[in-house]
Formats: sequence, C-alpha cells, structure tokens
Amino acid sequence: MAKIEEYTPLVGQSVIDDLRLLSERLKGKVIQHINSTPVGGGVAEILNRMVPLLRELGVDTKWDVIKGGEQFFAVTKKFHNALHGRAEEITQRDFEIFMETSQQNVEGMDTYGDIVFIHDPQPIALVKKKAANKWLWRCHIDVSNPNEKTWGFLMDFIVQYDSAVFSAPAFSRKLPIRQFLISPSIDPLSDKNKELPQETIAAVLKKYDIKKDKPIITQISRFDRLKDPLGVIEAYVRVKKYTDCQLILAGGSAEDDPEGARVLEEVREKAKNDPDIHILLLSQNDIEINALQRASDIIIQKSIREGFGLTVAEALWKAKPVVASNVGGIPLQIKHKYSGLLCHSVGGASFAMKQLLSSPEYAKKLGENGREHIKNNFLITRHLRDYMLLFLSLYHPEDVVRLY
Amino acid sequence: MKNIVKAQEPFKFCTRLHLSELTGLRATTLGQLLDLIKEVPGSCIYHHTHRFLQQHQYLSPEPPNDFAYWVADILGEDELGERLVSIDTMQYSTIRDLREKIASTIEDYLNDNPLAKMRFARSGEEFHFIKSVSFILPTAHVVYDLKEFVEVLKRITIDSIYFHIFEARLRLEKPTNDFSLWIEHSLGDKELAYEISRFDPYTSTLEDLRKKIVQIITRRIAQ
Repeated sequence: MAKIEEYTPLVGQSVIDDLRLLSERLKGKVIQHINSTPVGGGVAEILNRMVPLLRELGVDTKWDVIKGGEQFFAVTKKFHNALHGRAEEITQRDFEIFMETSQQNVEGMDTYGDIVFIHDPQPIALVKKKAANKWLWRCHIDVSNPNEKTWGFLMDFIVQYDSAVFSAPAFSRKLPIRQFLISPSIDPLSDKNKELPQETIAAVLKKYDIKKDKPIITQISRFDRLKDPLGVIEAYVRVKKYTDCQLILAGGSAEDDPEGARVLEEVREKAKNDPDIHILLLSQNDIEINALQRASDIIIQKSIREGFGLTVAEALWKAKPVVASNVGGIPLQIKHKYSGLLCHSVGGASFAMKQLLSSPEYAKKLGENGREHIKNNFLITRHLRDYMLLFLSLYHPEDVVRLY
Repeated sequence: MKNIVKAQEPFKFCTRLHLSELTGLRATTLGQLLDLIKEVPGSCIYHHTHRFLQQHQYLSPEPPNDFAYWVADILGEDELGERLVSIDTMQYSTIRDLREKIASTIEDYLNDNPLAKMRFARSGEEFHFIKSVSFILPTAHVVYDLKEFVEVLKRITIDSIYFHIFEARLRLEKPTNDFSLWIEHSLGDKELAYEISRFDPYTSTLEDLRKKIVQIITRRIAQ
C-alpha cells in the first residue's frame, strides 16, 4: 500500500502540505466508517486505500462493517437496483427484513466515533443510535431517478443525519440537511493506474495474442447492456471501413449474472467473423486492465447509463484520447473537444474515433489535457482533502470558515 | 530598490480550500435560472463564477462562468452566453453587485428575445446550483519584505494565491487583493501595489498569474 509521501512526485508537495494542515485540525476526533463489506465493490476498494492514508496523516480513522444474512443482502441489492431507477418489486416483507437486520445491528454495534460515516443504504438505519456525535451519510449510488417508494423509505433515515454526500450534482435533491458534492477518485499508485514497464504491456498483449500492428480501440467494462458493447462493435465497424484498426472489449467474468452471460453471447456472435475484435474476460486483474489501457490508441466508454464512470478517469490519467457517452459523471471528467470527445450515439462515437485516428496530434492533445484535468480533480489526494473538509464542516455551519 | 523595506506588519500567507455544497435547486429554463439567481445564497453565485479558475488550472476553453456555459451550450442562446462571458467581474466589489449584473443581463435579454423563454434543457442537462464553502487556514509562511515575499510566492500553493487575489477581494469584500493591500500599507509602495491590482486575473490561469506577479516584484526589487 502506498504511503502519502509517494504521491508527492505526482501531485506536488503543496497538495500534500495542505493535507497535513487539514489533518492537524482533526486531532482528537475519531472518524468511524461503517459499510456492509470489507472486500469487493467500489466502496470497500476506496476505503481500503483511504483509511490507511487518513491514519498516516494522523486522523484517527476506524472502519467497521455491519452484519447481515443472505436475505438482508438480497433486499439491499433490490434497493440498489430500485435507486438506480430499475423496475424492482419491493414488498412489505422486504422492508421488514431490512428493519429486522438493521435493528440487530443497532443493538449489536458500537457507534463510538465522534463522526460516524455511513456508506450507502445497507447500514443507513444505524442513525437511530445518533447521540451527541456527528453523523454523515455517503450515497455512492446514482439516485438521479430513483424508485420513489424506496427513496421515501430511506428518507426517514436520511433526514436524521447531519449531512449527506453525493457524487454528482444530478444526484442531489432538496433535503432538510446539508448535502455535499464529493466526486469519487482514482488512485494513481494502484495496480490499475500505476506506470507500467513496456515489457509488462507487451507481455499482456502477447498473452491475449494481440499484435500492435494496427491502432487499438478499447472499452473496459463488464458485459452489460448499459455499457452498450454491441453499440461499440457497430461504431468500430464504421471506423474500420476507413481505417484498419482492432477492437478490445475487456471486462469481468459474467458467470454469476445470467443477463451478463446473454450479453456476452450476443457480443461473441456479433464479433465472430472479425479476427480483429478481441473479447477478453478478465477476472479482476488490475495490472492487465492497466496494460490494455496503456497499449490502446483510443479508449471508448459508450455507456447508456453510468454511475460515475471512473474508467474514463483511468484512461485520461494515462493521457489516452477518450470517446465517451455524455451520461452520469462522464461530462464532469471530459470537456468536449478539450479533454476528450463526448457522444450520444453509435454514429457520434464512430465519427469521433475516425477524427482521432486521422488527427494523432489532436488526439494527443486531448489526452494530455485530460490527464491534467484528472490530476487536478479526480485523484485520491483530492478525495482525502474533501473528506477532511467534510469532517470540519460538521463543526462549522458557515460558508466562509476561518480556521485561524 | 537599493534598500529593502522591512514591514512592521508581516504578510501572513493563508490558503483556502473549498468544498462544494449541493442545494438541490435546478433550472431547466432561462426563466427558472433567473429566478434562482436572484434568490440563491451569494456562495452559489461565487461558486458558479469562480469554479472554473480552480478546476481548470490549465488554459480552459470554457466561458469563465457556469451560467454562460449553460446558456450557450445547453440552451443554444449564444448571444446571451457571450453577454454573460463578457461581464467584467473585476468591476464588481461585492457578490451582491455581481449577482445583480448577471440577473439584469438575463432579464434584458429575455425582454429583447421573449422566445428564449421557450427553450428547455434536456433531461440530465439541467443547471444545478452549488454553493462554495471556503476553509481558510494559515500557512507557516510569514514574510517581512519583498525579497522574502517573492520567494514564498514562487512556491506557495496555487490555492493560497487564489485566496489572496480572488476571495479576499470579492468574498471578504476588501478594496483590492491582499498582496496589493500589504505592499501599499505595510511597505508603502503604492506604485507596485497599483501595478499588481491592475491585472485582470480572470483572463489568466493561476500559474500564469503567479508568474506575472513574481516577474513584476522581481523587477521592482532590482530597480
């Protein structure tokens, strides 16, 4: 795990100095993160990196996990889908199951933190234990268009918190409590994003039998309709008419997801006559994803919906030209024609890719601007700073906080 | 400058870090945008007219305020976008005045172009009002003369420069930026103070701004 000083060459000494200045202001406070799982999933991934860094900065940070059985997590999975706007039938019994497990956690968990930081809906009901300490609710989900019944159920808890945190402005709505915007981040020193030697990149290409003899277009995504892999193939076919190129579609295994398996089958069917389309099932191999991104000439992210779309930040950090849909958090990461190209359709995506392949200087400039934008706004150091400011905001209701 | 003047009162460099607070308020038409501009907290107006400076530290193609961008790129009202871009923020010493200017610019445009009221932003492209919450912290850098000042200026965080130039003037309602105030009142160098205050910082990146101020002061020290 990287130490805080290792980020200095990437972000500059002054950014690290600011983090230290802030951490001093939090001396004596215990921050207690609570979520539903210690491993797997984006929340655990970010906490696994942020908690040690906060501790290293001198912020007394703890991390606890709620307990729950299969039934409880089946219900919270339904909540998750419903909050994303998918049609889910949630019964009265589901709400009862949620409350029964929540009550057991309320009784069994010690919420000792000066600041209790609850992540996502699973542990949300713990706020019943709120005493004189401060409570934060961090919503990592795209709730721009939630199922109202589920949202209404959660609202009874949300309003009891001191503040809530969302990842994009579109996820916010009028609330009687303060709410903050904190975007997610990538870790430039993680396996997925760190610099790689050329030999590693070459070895990964060799492993998958990919030659670097023509431009590579890549989409890294699980095989899901919302990521539109079939649309990516259509866009690639239109590009290939004019410029010989190859396409990599790489994503996690879809074994436990029947819908994903169907999508993968359709993708294979559509790609079967083209040896330049490489469909790769990677089982959470971050170094390989990193290498594929670095070996690519263009990264595409043609999602139909997107929570935040951090694969875009990952690609831009590697200074790659990116073509991506104008959805979710993607427009926060790409300013059209400046740090990448945004699109709304297969036609738009193919046109953008043709443009990039025929103007390598322009493509290079977009990638460089993109890297700079990610460096300033979407690295873990900015995330650490925002979290510390968030903790301080709990003790300072004013808009201009003078800490001198 | 043959003798370096020592100030009685040192210059204490502060830094300013900010957090974005969501309001849940959104506009889909120009009329809604105008109504909300009139009623949201000053911190929202400040956020949407200054966010670009910190988020795009490289030279940005964006209009220097979010209102102009949304009006032109989302609603397609290029002319109003241009009018909003060309508001000279330096002329306004308070957020109140700046807010009034933005509102009256939109109002005038709507009077001249009533059809503009009919334009709607597509779903997902609404204007979301955000507040800027500033945290001001002292740094360890305290200086007594121009030589010390310029040395710190070369390596202080960009947030510190941002604070002393933009936030001190407009948000804390001081007559000019902090650097000019100190140089004039504590070092007695009115000319240098004026030269620095004359810059329009809204048309440079923060790094360029740093370079320009360092250049001017270095030249002054050598005189």
